[in-house]
Amino acid sequence: MRGKKRELPGHPMDRLLRVDRIPHIWCSGCGIGTIFGGVLAAIQKLDIDLNKLAMVSGIGCTGRMAGYIKVDSFHTTHGRAIPFATGLKLARPDIKVIVASGDGDLFAIGGNHLIHAARRNIDMTVICVNNLNYGMTGGQQAPSTPLGFKTTTTPEGSPEEPFNFCYLAAACGAVYVARWTALHIRLLTNSIAEALQKKGFTFIEILCPCPSVFGRRNKMGNALETLKLYHDRSVIKNEIDPKEAGIDLFGEIVVGKFVDRERPTFIDYYRSIVCHETPEDNVIRIAR
Amino acid sequence: MRFWRRPLDMPPVKLSRGEVIILPERCKGCGFCIAYCPRGVLALSEEFNKKGYHPPYVKEADKCVNCHFCEIICPEFAIYSINLFEKEGEKAGA
Repeated sequence: MRGKKRELPGHPMDRLLRVDRIPHIWCSGCGIGTIFGGVLAAIQKLDIDLNKLAMVSGIGCTGRMAGYIKVDSFHTTHGRAIPFATGLKLARPDIKVIVASGDGDLFAIGGNHLIHAARRNIDMTVICVNNLNYGMTGGQQAPSTPLGFKTTTTPEGSPEEPFNFCYLAAACGAVYVARWTALHIRLLTNSIAEALQKKGFTFIEILCPCPSVFGRRNKMGNALETLKLYHDRSVIKNEIDPKEAGIDLFGEIVVGKFVDRERPTFIDYYRSIVCHETPEDNVIRIAR
Repeated sequence: MRFWRRPLDMPPVKLSRGEVIILPERCKGCGFCIAYCPRGVLALSEEFNKKGYHPPYVKEADKCVNCHFCEIICPEFAIYSINLFEKEGEKAGA
């Protein structure tokens, strides 16, 4: 080791990380770190001005993402990441807003906010990390827990059918809907980059291994075995109806980009209907 | 790609070369990089880091082709690779 006295460039993501907070709190084998790396890689790839970017997150394991990224970020109360992001976007329409949160935060506690933000088509990118339970609070049942899987609150197995998040987001009016797993990192990075460039409510769901809480209760082994399960069972089906894109851990995990369409955003409608602005006024405002 | 006879006009394939750099103090020993390295460059070391995990070590440094997959799959930002192409130059052709 003594011979190596050269200057190393450092990790390429250190530019976007709050390095003083690393190592992060996520467990060994948790996929959130990988997904976070994908988000950072997408930001780096697009070369976005970091002063024109903000990340908002809710509570939960994934909610910690906002604390580790070196851009303006806010860690909101449980489920309220989207209302905060909505306010941020309406006050500063020139910045890009990323909402990163878990399945429980976005769809259970903040479910109402998500469906209305998608309906209004507020220009933001929602990254939903789906680890199939509430990881941070101790592994309770979440709206994503598959039927029959054990959690702390359902020790005999969950008797409820889970949500299909992509179908829900698409039905509510999201303009871009995709699902990937923590193993499809390059595709995920491209997908996030695509979503960030798109105008409107974009939604990406990412399946993530949770070895120390969900995996342990369901005898799924360590994180590598969960990644192997994703590798063996995931099937890429782009452009299919999200209704048919289900997550079956014993059968087929359908991933891919399901929806990519155009719709006027809330700000467009607000400017034309409430402010009586024409598209030319918009051009003048941008020029100023 | 394998051929039964090497075509005479086949251009020489340039393999990129990389060097893996591990930051052992950040590692939590999940083993993703070892399992998913397409060239089998890494292996789990016997040593412990400060937190008590076994970080990986570079077992076969010559095999690295700088694909950056360990870098993007690592959840801890604890491993990255740098390009060695300029240094190795002609030797990298296969």
